[in-house]
Amino acid sequence: MKNKDVYAVKTLSSREYFAPGHRACAGCGEVLALRLIHKALGRDVVVASATGCMEIVSSPFPFTSWEVPWIHVAFENAAAVAGGIEAGLKVLQRKGKIEKKKIFVVAMAGDGGTADIGLQALSGALERGHNFLFICYDNEAYMNTGVQRSSSTPFGASTMTSPVGSIRSGQQTWKKNMVAIAAAHGIPYIATASPSYPMDLMEKVGKAAKTEGPAYIHVLSVCPPGWGIPSDKTIKFGRLAVETGFFPLYEIEEGKYRITVNVEKLLPLDKYLKPQARFSHLPQELVEQVSRRVCSDWKVLKRKAEKAKEVKEMDSSPGGRGVR
Amino acid sequence: MGKHLGMEVSFAAAEAVKLSNVDVVAAYPITPQTHIVERLSEYVASGELDAEFVPVESEHSALSLCVGSEAAGARSFTCTSSQGLALMSEIVYIVPALRLPIVMILVNRSLSGPLSIWNDHSDVMSIRDCGWIQLFVENGQEVFDHVMIAYKIAENHNVLLPVMINMDGFILSHMFEPVELMEQSDVDYYLSPYQPRFVLHPDEPLTMGAYAMPTLFTEAKKAHEEALLASYTHIMRAWEAWGAVSGRSYHPVETFCSEDAETLFITMGSLSETAGEAVRVLRGQGKKAGILKLRLWRPFPFNDFLRSIGNAQRLIVLDRALSPGGPGGPVAGEIRSALYHLENRPQIFNFIAGLGGREVTVGSFLEMFVSSLSGKAFGYRIFGARG
Repeated sequence: MKNKDVYAVKTLSSREYFAPGHRACAGCGEVLALRLIHKALGRDVVVASATGCMEIVSSPFPFTSWEVPWIHVAFENAAAVAGGIEAGLKVLQRKGKIEKKKIFVVAMAGDGGTADIGLQALSGALERGHNFLFICYDNEAYMNTGVQRSSSTPFGASTMTSPVGSIRSGQQTWKKNMVAIAAAHGIPYIATASPSYPMDLMEKVGKAAKTEGPAYIHVLSVCPPGWGIPSDKTIKFGRLAVETGFFPLYEIEEGKYRITVNVEKLLPLDKYLKPQARFSHLPQELVEQVSRRVCSDWKVLKRKAEKAKEVKEMDSSPGGRGVR
Repeated sequence: MGKHLGMEVSFAAAEAVKLSNVDVVAAYPITPQTHIVERLSEYVASGELDAEFVPVESEHSALSLCVGSEAAGARSFTCTSSQGLALMSEIVYIVPALRLPIVMILVNRSLSGPLSIWNDHSDVMSIRDCGWIQLFVENGQEVFDHVMIAYKIAENHNVLLPVMINMDGFILSHMFEPVELMEQSDVDYYLSPYQPRFVLHPDEPLTMGAYAMPTLFTEAKKAHEEALLASYTHIMRAWEAWGAVSGRSYHPVETFCSEDAETLFITMGSLSETAGEAVRVLRGQGKKAGILKLRLWRPFPFNDFLRSIGNAQRLIVLDRALSPGGPGGPVAGEIRSALYHLENRPQIFNFIAGLGGREVTVGSFLEMFVSSLSGKAFGYRIFGARG
């Protein structure tokens, strides 16, 4: 069906689990993703949140935006806390102390709480195989503390700690590939997602929730104040990130890659980078350098997806390899 | 009544955790805590204990995981030492603010550096103000008993605070001692199944760990302190109830030969037994010496302490941690504060001793006694240090 995304949105539940009145900035892509994710998850969840933007905007005592059970403990330990909730619910249900039913355990953190300070706790929880979903809301810097660089900040982006100077300008390192790190744990489900593609995002959350074992979703969360874009352009920049190949949308299910939002021909990267204040200092040669890397990464990803497709076809054909 | 057995004290601790029917154990190995969690993992592997044993990747995650499981309504246990406590210390402070009744055994070991796996109290003193109920035990029987007692105190809805049991590394944890174990039925009679007050569950959504603006932070801290102070009564009741079940009674401050004592040793943990031997020797020589053991460190039992010092003129305070550049050891600092308002306060002789596993013998206590007789009170001395 043409424009199915447009119509599909209308079929979504109007039930909200994240109440209005929170303190997120105008145009916050992160809180939009969060709202959609919880729509997809429904009521039977328990959430462990790292310290960060979403924690701060939602829980100034005695107020809360959370209509599902939610706990915040510290910055780096959301995965460990979620692991504890999962272990606790599991043992209590096994011992008959609480009613048996499926409760999704979700951990959430920003890119700092995932790829930097939270990496150890996340790796531990993924390796131990807790049945939970970890969501990284990646706005590509420490936005809550006022825009300092993280390992998830893209190459060239200026932040308060990767400033534009006369000797060096902007982030000097390439964005850490958190998805590959999660994938290296051999967990059953991993995806990238964006609130600019709400149905894709929600489908992935639904899949992740149904997965037995750890699942990881990496959500690009457009941050108007941190990126230096108008607050009414959040959705547009989320789309441009995908259309230029800067942030492709894909999933890795049981090790198999699948591109979920295909881009026939990548848009020129200038369209995405140039209007953002954080990249405005980048000279053309650096834009081109970034562009070459984006194209090459995109090709690698496409090859992985094609390979997975071939393997799938072989498996289903007569005489295929079947169960490996 | 249960069996009397000779066993390693760490195993007695694990046995008590099993008898307490915990739901979740999360721990990371660190010397000298390891034997406790090894034994617990065996209990879980063999089905003797129906619990989730989660071998986490760090102590920070050990306590974080217990926060999650306890918040979900599961009775949770962790155990660590020294560097492990230092690493998890961020979370140590958050647990009482969340009012989660986690029980932790801290197998006391010195904090690096230099690296030392041996015993002193520098680990626990580094988190003195964390707001947990903090207890010290002297021997294997006390370790065993206090696991059940700790859960009884912590989970009381009028308390809802975490409890830390301090036991000395190696000199207690790795000793073989006679321990009277309890029957499961007696433990069950004493310790009811955990009835959490608040839990994370979709049927009754609630928010835990909201942040406080300046208008509310002080009030949150005050409420926490009031709860900690009010826990005193419930700690006393838990000890009384344990006495009724086991025949063994415990008190915030315990004494030996203190009634007519002119000189009192003030000790915590397993060195109290060594000090007891020294007092026997001194009494044999007609010297009026006694001991005052601090079992309850937080909430500090000021009234019990003041009552127990009687007419002693000299207090020999043994500190097993140094406060470099400060007024002396942390215990002596508190005791000076406790005595300051008294008109006729005893003199304080503060010895920093037994650091990093340095032996403190009966002879050491006798030496301290002699030096307290021969001079005026001094700030503090690092006992037995060469150079």
